[in-house]
Amino acid sequence: MELVFLTFILMLSIFVGFELIHKVPATLHTPLMSGSNAISGITLVGALAIAGNVEDPQIATWLAFGAVILATINVVGGYLVTDRMLAMFKKKEANK
Amino acid sequence: MDISLVINFAYVVSAGLFIFGLKMLGSPATARRGNMISAAAMLVAVVFALLDQQIINFQWIIIGIAIGSLIGVVIARTVEMTSMPEMVALFNGFGGMASLLVGWSAIDPAAAGFTLTTIFLSILIGGLTFTGSLIAYAKLSEKMPGKPLVFKGQAIFNTLLILGIIASGVMFVQDPTNTTYLYTAIGLALLFGVMAVIPIGGADMPVVISLLNSYSGLAACAAGFAVGNNILIVAGSLVGASGIILTQIMCKAMNRSLINVLTSGFSAVKSSTMVIEGEVKPMSASDAYYVLEAASSVLIVPGYGMAVAQAQHVVKELQELMEENDTEVNYGIHPVAGRMPGHMNVLLAEADVSYDLLLEMDQVNQRMETYDVAIVIGANDVVNPAAREMEGSPIYGMPVINVDLAKTVFVMKRSMASGFAGIDNPLFFKENTRMIFGDAKESLGHMIREFGN
Repeated sequence: MELVFLTFILMLSIFVGFELIHKVPATLHTPLMSGSNAISGITLVGALAIAGNVEDPQIATWLAFGAVILATINVVGGYLVTDRMLAMFKKKEANK
Repeated sequence: MDISLVINFAYVVSAGLFIFGLKMLGSPATARRGNMISAAAMLVAVVFALLDQQIINFQWIIIGIAIGSLIGVVIARTVEMTSMPEMVALFNGFGGMASLLVGWSAIDPAAAGFTLTTIFLSILIGGLTFTGSLIAYAKLSEKMPGKPLVFKGQAIFNTLLILGIIASGVMFVQDPTNTTYLYTAIGLALLFGVMAVIPIGGADMPVVISLLNSYSGLAACAAGFAVGNNILIVAGSLVGASGIILTQIMCKAMNRSLINVLTSGFSAVKSSTMVIEGEVKPMSASDAYYVLEAASSVLIVPGYGMAVAQAQHVVKELQELMEENDTEVNYGIHPVAGRMPGHMNVLLAEADVSYDLLLEMDQVNQRMETYDVAIVIGANDVVNPAAREMEGSPIYGMPVINVDLAKTVFVMKRSMASGFAGIDNPLFFKENTRMIFGDAKESLGHMIREFGN
């Protein structure tokens, strides 16, 4: 049954994703990409539980440790750089 | 109360915030706040994930997050806006690798066949995203030639590779304890990423980056199935969907199917019977100034060359001077100008150009005849009239910005070399085209000085 729920979630999120992104104007494509890239660092959440469970065979801990580092780079770097970019997008008030 | 229930409710909140954040990213006015909401969603997910009772030792988590944050902050602070495509490619790769590692570490011989299949998928997609992104990074940063890399028997080799991946996957699911199958699967996935990106040329990079972006999300999604985590599935598929949409937009902007882009290395270039006639008419920057001074509306069409010359700031300066001179200035942005979707918009935003001056291709093409001057800065293929009039040209049929229909066209170019796609451009030989040779930044600087006098 759990499998069915997970697949349900998958299907709905893909539809939501399509609907959301469809309307993004071309101007924002780069920030959208780096911002969604940061979101794909969500793997971090999956890595945490494994990295902290040292009772498991050592190898899994090390693998998850590597995943924590890489996913954190993705998350932290991705959000910061997107913010840096978006801070530059300005509309000029009242053309002189 | 059951702690895992609390965690999962937190994931629901986090998913809602992700969706809300992405929605706000859709408009320039709210985009920055949207990004912050999405970051908050990530924070909620991570903090509650730490409550998991499987975690009995925080040492490695803290060290890992510290190292990752440090590297992430340094990269985000120091990266040049012009190198944004490389950076996004690299980050895509990290995301892919993280999913591969999570899938690998989640291997449990007692798991059901379905879980093992998703583990295999997260290893496969993660692995090919990783190496594919590294190759894209190398091509974009010119550590590797940007030309398509093809060899004899490539199609056969790739077919065998795919069959090998499927076989190793089946064997792995049958017998997860046998590490030979696992290592073979990892190796083949990594190799496949390399093979998939090397035949793709530099001009097609916007498509590749979008696609890899999508893959990094799908890899996270597969990892979510592997460890049975909802939030990974939701966030991963949001990214997957967004990447696919961008890929679609990019393909449409090049009038090509995705399959055609991905296998472009395999098809032979058709030769055209049409001969380009006319002669190239060079013009000096000071003469160009007189034309601009008299113009009442000017369109600027930037391309990757503007990024290379770091000319966005001088462009903005020239724009201000022309506006003071009562000239209307617009920018025409082709969807695939530059090396990633929206690349030019970011560079011009960096130079403080108001985003409502940046017009999309269809908007400028409609009123192209009304522009006195169209200035092409470092763009080539996206303004190539061969796309309209030269059947047999590799870019025939691709929608382009029709600068040749403006009253006068200035083309700023370093030399007569052909563009990234290696195609001749009849625009340079048109009656109303004037070539301004030299470094775009210097030529623009020259015009600015003339305006100053």
